[in-house]
Amino acid sequence: MNRIIIVGAGQAGGQVAASLRQQGCKDEILLFGDEPYPPYQRPLLSKQYLSSEEERDRIFLRADTFYQDHNISLRLNDRIKTIDAAVNTVTTASGEVIGYLNLVLTTGSRPRTLQVPGSDLKGIHYLRTLDDANAIKSEMLPGKKLVIIGGGYIGLEVASVAAAAGVSVVVVETEERILKRVTTEAMSRFYHQLHSERGVEICLNTTVSGFTGSESVAGVLCADKRLDADMVIVGIGIMPNIELAKNAGIVCDNGIITNEFSQTSFANIYAAGDCANHPNPLLGRRLRLESVPNAMEQAKVVAANIVGKGKSYAAVPWFWSDQYEHKLQMVGFSADGEQQVLRGDLLTRQFAIFYLHSGRLVAVDAVNSPVDFMAGRQLYGRRFDPGRLADQKNAIKDCLTDE
Amino acid sequence: MSKITFIQHDGEEQTLIVENGLSVMNAAVDNLIPGIDADCGGECNCATCHVYVDEAWMPKVGQPGKTEEAIMSLNPDRRSNSRLSCQIKVSDELDGLIVRLPEFQF
Repeated sequence: MNRIIIVGAGQAGGQVAASLRQQGCKDEILLFGDEPYPPYQRPLLSKQYLSSEEERDRIFLRADTFYQDHNISLRLNDRIKTIDAAVNTVTTASGEVIGYLNLVLTTGSRPRTLQVPGSDLKGIHYLRTLDDANAIKSEMLPGKKLVIIGGGYIGLEVASVAAAAGVSVVVVETEERILKRVTTEAMSRFYHQLHSERGVEICLNTTVSGFTGSESVAGVLCADKRLDADMVIVGIGIMPNIELAKNAGIVCDNGIITNEFSQTSFANIYAAGDCANHPNPLLGRRLRLESVPNAMEQAKVVAANIVGKGKSYAAVPWFWSDQYEHKLQMVGFSADGEQQVLRGDLLTRQFAIFYLHSGRLVAVDAVNSPVDFMAGRQLYGRRFDPGRLADQKNAIKDCLTDE
Repeated sequence: MSKITFIQHDGEEQTLIVENGLSVMNAAVDNLIPGIDADCGGECNCATCHVYVDEAWMPKVGQPGKTEEAIMSLNPDRRSNSRLSCQIKVSDELDGLIVRLPEFQF
């Protein structure tokens, strides 16, 4: 019997297995995950799940019985240690050697760690897994002092949950503005103000040099100050898990290199999700994306190609972030824009910034404005009249100039 | 438990017995119903779980919420009985519900 081995039981891995069955694939499917849980929704960990609104059950993507019902062998708490691509086998941590016809690498990513004196003290957390979220949840109690290192989306989402729960929050950011790596100045300003209003203190241009405390963390040391802390969450980015692939001789460069069919440098080895450095024909370049929609879409591409349907990947990247009661939805990359057009009013907190390059739409940041977000997804790459677009009275489609 | 029937664009039907409290989207995903992508996992973020609620069931299912409405408003396949299935909670009241799937999800 043909066997497909999927390495990594995150959203991409789970979706590959599900899509294979949906496409009628009858091969044996083994889904390996090094966590003790079946695939779950990682985005919720820094949002609803952390604020206790989320029931534990809802975090899991599919019913417990799903995998058995669809003949998918879930191998949890199990890790693939090596791949021998020449003979199509993998070796598990326990030494079991298993052959495959197709191998799928959905190994995901892991948090970038902060290496400073005291960084192994108790109470210093990263947020990537359900276990991480549970540990944070159990310590994040009203009145506690939380220092968040890194003013990116993860850090700010946690800050909003913590502040709403009565935790005292300080965000430490090395750059001169929060969200610098991912968005424009206008958006950074908007979110900075939002967090300030809710009592979150933001320290910009501040680099952490160490932690104090005997067993548990008690303070965070920065160049010019010491911040009291009962707990710390570090959110300074993630790194793709590529070591397994690299050691097997699969070509890697900021991720596992894939082609438009999500194949790696070995035709029967695929990669999808956070770990895959893939070509995007709509953007005209290679990139590696840390996002669920991308993981889902690439998983579907992998499954279609394994069953011989020849599907190539071409999707406009999109993202979302929930902070307080505000929903941010993003399309494309604002850094690709050379012109910004604001629709709506920042003060009403319902607006969108459209980013154009040579008149073409390359990104949208929509705050509490799902219509603008969906327009961005549907009309990506189209030409717009910026003047008309700036006036909300004009329907978005009436602002197109290439029809 | 309630009975939910999904009818594909090409007329193919599948009927599921679904636990109350789950969303119609959850039921579709757990049973690999084609045509329900559910990319965002049920957060009303993406509109890839769009369904047409059988007209007779519309009064019981009800109208879309504000965010749901906004997310669907630009969908060229939008109809008066369009809903996002992640926002429809299965209950005894919906026992027998029939939903139809659009040809494409956006």
